[in-house]
Amino acid sequence: MISMRKSMKKFGAAALAMLFTVTAAGCGGGSTSTQGGTAAGGTAKIGVVSYLSGGGAAYGEAIRQGLELARDEINAKGKVKIELVIEDSKGEKNEAINATNKLIHKDNVVAIVGPTLSGEMFAVGPIASQAGVSIMGTSTTAEGITDIGNTVFRNSLPESLAIPPAVKKAKEKFGLKKVAIMYSNNNDFAVSGFKTFEKAIKENGMEIVTTETFADKDTDFSAQLTKIASLQPDAIMVAGLYQEAALILKKAREIGLNVPVVGNNGFNSPQLIKAAGSAAEGAIVASPWYPGKDDATVKNFIAAYKAKYNKEPDQFAAQAYDALYIIADALEKAGTTSDVKKVRDSLAAVKDFHGVTGNFAFDANRNPAMDVTVLIVKDGKFTELK
Amino acid sequence: MLLQQVVNGLTLGSTYAIIALGYTLIFGVLNIVNMAHGEIFMIGAFVGLMLVTKLQTGIFTALAGAMLTGAVLGYLLERIALRPLRRREVSHLAPLISTIGVSIFLESLALKIFGPQAQSFPPVFSGQLFELGTLKISIIQIVILAVSFGLMIALRFWLAKTKMGKSIRATAENLETAGLLGVNTSQVIIVTVMLASGLGSVAGVLVGLAFNAVEPTMGITMGFKGLAVLILGGLGNITGAMVGGLLLGIAEVFSVAYGESSYREAVAFGLIIILLFIRPQGLFGSGSAQGGR
Repeated sequence: MISMRKSMKKFGAAALAMLFTVTAAGCGGGSTSTQGGTAAGGTAKIGVVSYLSGGGAAYGEAIRQGLELARDEINAKGKVKIELVIEDSKGEKNEAINATNKLIHKDNVVAIVGPTLSGEMFAVGPIASQAGVSIMGTSTTAEGITDIGNTVFRNSLPESLAIPPAVKKAKEKFGLKKVAIMYSNNNDFAVSGFKTFEKAIKENGMEIVTTETFADKDTDFSAQLTKIASLQPDAIMVAGLYQEAALILKKAREIGLNVPVVGNNGFNSPQLIKAAGSAAEGAIVASPWYPGKDDATVKNFIAAYKAKYNKEPDQFAAQAYDALYIIADALEKAGTTSDVKKVRDSLAAVKDFHGVTGNFAFDANRNPAMDVTVLIVKDGKFTELK
Repeated sequence: MLLQQVVNGLTLGSTYAIIALGYTLIFGVLNIVNMAHGEIFMIGAFVGLMLVTKLQTGIFTALAGAMLTGAVLGYLLERIALRPLRRREVSHLAPLISTIGVSIFLESLALKIFGPQAQSFPPVFSGQLFELGTLKISIIQIVILAVSFGLMIALRFWLAKTKMGKSIRATAENLETAGLLGVNTSQVIIVTVMLASGLGSVAGVLVGLAFNAVEPTMGITMGFKGLAVLILGGLGNITGAMVGGLLLGIAEVFSVAYGESSYREAVAFGLIIILLFIRPQGLFGSGSAQGGR
């Protein structure tokens, strides 16, 4: 009897939750459709697959916020109307696949933004490609992403373009001769970053004293760093995400390893400085996103983001924000909100787009062609390394 | 370098040991693997962090506060997820599943309240560094070693010498017989679960201090490490949990220091498998296999 009552309660809660969702969805649908009525071509449904719960939720959350800010601005301008259908991938390939299938076949979205991780993109890219739906990664930096299919795009700078300038600049500036590498070996993005690092280091004529690995979500790096410290490298190159990177920086400084640390794209977040504190000094990264840039678009974006979310935007938010503007641009030029083929062709033709991450165009392989700035953390801030 | 790595290994290992103690206590008395232990550990870390950052308390107040919260959670866990199942004829897997439910609930709760970002203790608590020759020990490592060894010794003494401790051991030996002999078994079970959860929470604060990453999913990997130690040390054996934890910590650190860091976990868990081949009952487990209850 008791168990009956309990399960009844659970059903009650579930029913209530569903009711809420339905009401919320209903409201969303209602308001957008009235907005859609005023615009000429109706509302374009854009799917979003993002890492919103679990270990990497911090990244997915930044991406969602960047997208929602852009959506509100675009809808306010009124040239195109966008409705976002947001799905959580939990950072897992199977969840990402389910979400993508739902977006394509049930919600009939015209394009998809996401997923967050390169590994997830390798899983869902083929699905979107087969359905002819454009899918754009905003944080997928691994090699070979756009080789998946001709509807796969990305506006995140691939590691192969970001890491070599950072390595080269660091070598010139600090006269590096021998370096140690650390990378996360259970993350496609970091493994690809490691390979690029290795190549760039060799091309610049430096010696690799040791290569150490760790895993995403690791918290103890004392063993690797004690080993690295005993080999006395001139610098450490790290491929990973900022949570682990911050812990590595902290531990390195704690055991007296005060050498420059060159990072991959994962380093490029104010969270790195926040989490590592003074230990972040001397961290180097190449990035298309530089919040200190003297540019009206960048300044407006930072102000709007701060006003809405009460925190500094990071690279993930910035690239997501740009991604939706790029899609809006393509939608406007394609003059449709439902024809996936036209939208794809229009996206592929995007060029001379000026976003918060600089001047942007897709190259022939749907990778971004954009400029990078090499940054170093100095006095608790990313500043340009000159 | 060797000595330094030993210190690194002991620091890591002693946190594994405290987590494993919590599993061991509950397994010993109830024959249940408490899957929510890792999440209680995580909540403990957050409570400690909040006390330090929001209320500016000292580190020992934070440890005590976390322990208290852990004990309260343990009480709730026992009353809500374990006791109702014990009264009825249910599969012995049912408590395992209900504790998994609790763990998912706690993780989601933490995600809602504290957000997904990893947070860290203020640097005041990781500042000083003692140098003994080439050996560098941080004050945090000393606190962790002292607190965990202190707790382990206190726990051993308490279980061996006090009346409550004897009741716990009697209950662990045989629930029905202990009940017949006048031990208030349901009280013993509550105390055990509260104690185990309190220990788990303390371990959370210590790990948060040592590795500076307090976030909602931190309980998962640590929980699995604790489980591995539980098996390694011998199910339900306190000494086994302590020694097993230290061994696993040192094995992990040494496989990074003198081998390949990619194989860190593989080496550590490979060792466990080999050990279980030789001693299936674990390091300190009793020879005769206990029949499952």
